[in-house]
Amino acid sequence: MLRDQDRIFTNLYGWQGWDLASARKRGIWDDTRALVALGREQIVEEVKISGLRGRGGAGFPTGLKWSFMPKESRDGRPSYLVINADESEPGTCKDRDIMRFDPHRLLEGALVSSFAMGAHACYIYIRGEFYNEASNIQLAIDEAYDAGLLGKNAADSGWDFDLYLHRGAGAYICGEETALLESLEGKKGLPRNKPPFPAGAGLYGCPTTVNNVETIAVVPEILRRGGDWFAGLGRPKNAGTKLFCISGHVEQPCNVEEELGIPLKELIERHAGGVRGGWDNLLAVIPGGSSTPVIPKDVCETVLMDFDGLREVQSALGTAGVIVMDKSTDVIYAIARLSHFYMHESCGQCTPCREGTGWLWRVMQRMVRGNARVDEIDLLLEVTKEIEGHTICAHGDASAWPVQGLIRHFRPVMVQRIRDYRDAAHKNAAE
Amino acid sequence: MSFGTPAPDGQQPDRFEFTPENLERATAIIAKYPDGRQQSAVIPLLDIAQRQHDNWLPRAAMDHVADLLQMPRIRAYEVASFYTMFNVAPVGRLLVQVCTTTPCWLCGSDDVLRAIKHRTGLGPGESSDDVTVVEVECLGACVNAPMVQINDDYYEDLDYDRTCVVIDALRQGVKPDIGSQTGRPGGQAQAGPTSLRDLQPKSGGAAAADPGD
Repeated sequence: MLRDQDRIFTNLYGWQGWDLASARKRGIWDDTRALVALGREQIVEEVKISGLRGRGGAGFPTGLKWSFMPKESRDGRPSYLVINADESEPGTCKDRDIMRFDPHRLLEGALVSSFAMGAHACYIYIRGEFYNEASNIQLAIDEAYDAGLLGKNAADSGWDFDLYLHRGAGAYICGEETALLESLEGKKGLPRNKPPFPAGAGLYGCPTTVNNVETIAVVPEILRRGGDWFAGLGRPKNAGTKLFCISGHVEQPCNVEEELGIPLKELIERHAGGVRGGWDNLLAVIPGGSSTPVIPKDVCETVLMDFDGLREVQSALGTAGVIVMDKSTDVIYAIARLSHFYMHESCGQCTPCREGTGWLWRVMQRMVRGNARVDEIDLLLEVTKEIEGHTICAHGDASAWPVQGLIRHFRPVMVQRIRDYRDAAHKNAAE
Repeated sequence: MSFGTPAPDGQQPDRFEFTPENLERATAIIAKYPDGRQQSAVIPLLDIAQRQHDNWLPRAAMDHVADLLQMPRIRAYEVASFYTMFNVAPVGRLLVQVCTTTPCWLCGSDDVLRAIKHRTGLGPGESSDDVTVVEVECLGACVNAPMVQINDDYYEDLDYDRTCVVIDALRQGVKPDIGSQTGRPGGQAQAGPTSLRDLQPKSGGAAAADPGD
């Protein structure tokens, strides 16, 4: 188990205040100037050494992403950091607790990360529903400006830095980085074609990096303790600590910071009080937020919770939102409900996604009742393959994966449902 | 994507203008964005307009915001219809948004819907004089499932009975404590934390205890 002294989010449960004075007691804003004094290249290098990978779902190496930003502006265009706080992936509620309980940790990260990318301005795009969380962030920003930690010569670092909070208004798709940028520009959240990538032309056509809240919030601690410290936690290429959100059929649903690579079984039993009714009552787990394919109990026995561990079992770490389902669960409905989610949240721009997500939901509803033919399971699978990879953004893929996971592991359940429905219909007809 | 059709002409006010206080707020928001990029402020400004107008956006308000930002009005309509938090027709004083996405469903969002139906007579998509109930997608409080959002606030760790208590109180004009209705701090395990125990305040709750180092 991760030792407490290696935990970064020491106010994860909001036991202490979120305000500046309380944050300072946690070591936040402690000689931030010295972190900036490391210099751009050294900060990026240290983040590369740490092995930090994006915490928003895709897991792209953060230091590498930062190195795509221009070293200097040759044409007068400014660079931007945009922090993705549009946390909406079902099963995920970690950024929310960073923002409401520990906003200064994010703010300090925003300063040093922006400096490392040559950005004098940063926007935090927070989902609109997080009204109270946004309010904490804004108050924290105001405090930080008053204390000279933001603004001209921020934290006495010699770097001028402005930080702005921007509230969204309800759209999962705005968690996709280019949709987020569109939304931040005051438009509908329609993902953009890539290239150009945001590092070349992002917000207002300027070089932009979009990072998740958790990614940015851990940066100051990595710089203070050294990239080697972070890299020493977890496994190679799967380094560091991670916030896990354990929801669903566990005795004690909770958020917890753990080492990447912790066995799923240990995570659930040690921190979430075990599966409701005991481990043997486990049916399946969606390990990394709604878009990651479900894994059945026998896989859950041994799987390690990190990028590579979950990829080996044809799923993904995603946002580390662990959704646990016990044997009482109608797993077909559980996945069908996600199909509804993806239909509802499709921006409608690409035909395979706009039409496909609705088609998946309609067919999945029939699968829930069993009112289908057995060969339609293969048709369903084929349609998910037609959606996957054929859209501008990953929303199409994300809608396909849960259904693919269901068919991969629970086809016999689906077949049985269809047989039961047919048998019941015959029985009714005979009576 | 947003649902619901705009209110009919009869319900649309002829004029809308920000109050002086809200105009000041709007001006401060516009200043967050670079010169010439004031369209970025459209979502926050529509939000202010909606708050000023009983939690729904008449066409005149969208026009006002679009004109203020010097953007085509149709672009403001597009934004208002794309994002689910904008209500383009009147809603009740209490906008009850019930999350029924899988994590909440697993933990009993059906019971929450049932409680709301019994207390208000309303199902998803229905309104009475003071309450509007809608079913929404994941609100990002999954370890505190099931939950509802009522106006700006989250009420979490619900079951049938606790939902009734929250709904009854709010209808009587009393605001319950927001957040977990079982009293646990944030996303900490109800039975007590499994980490950071040395930092836990002795007297429960978010005391301003010295966290040490």
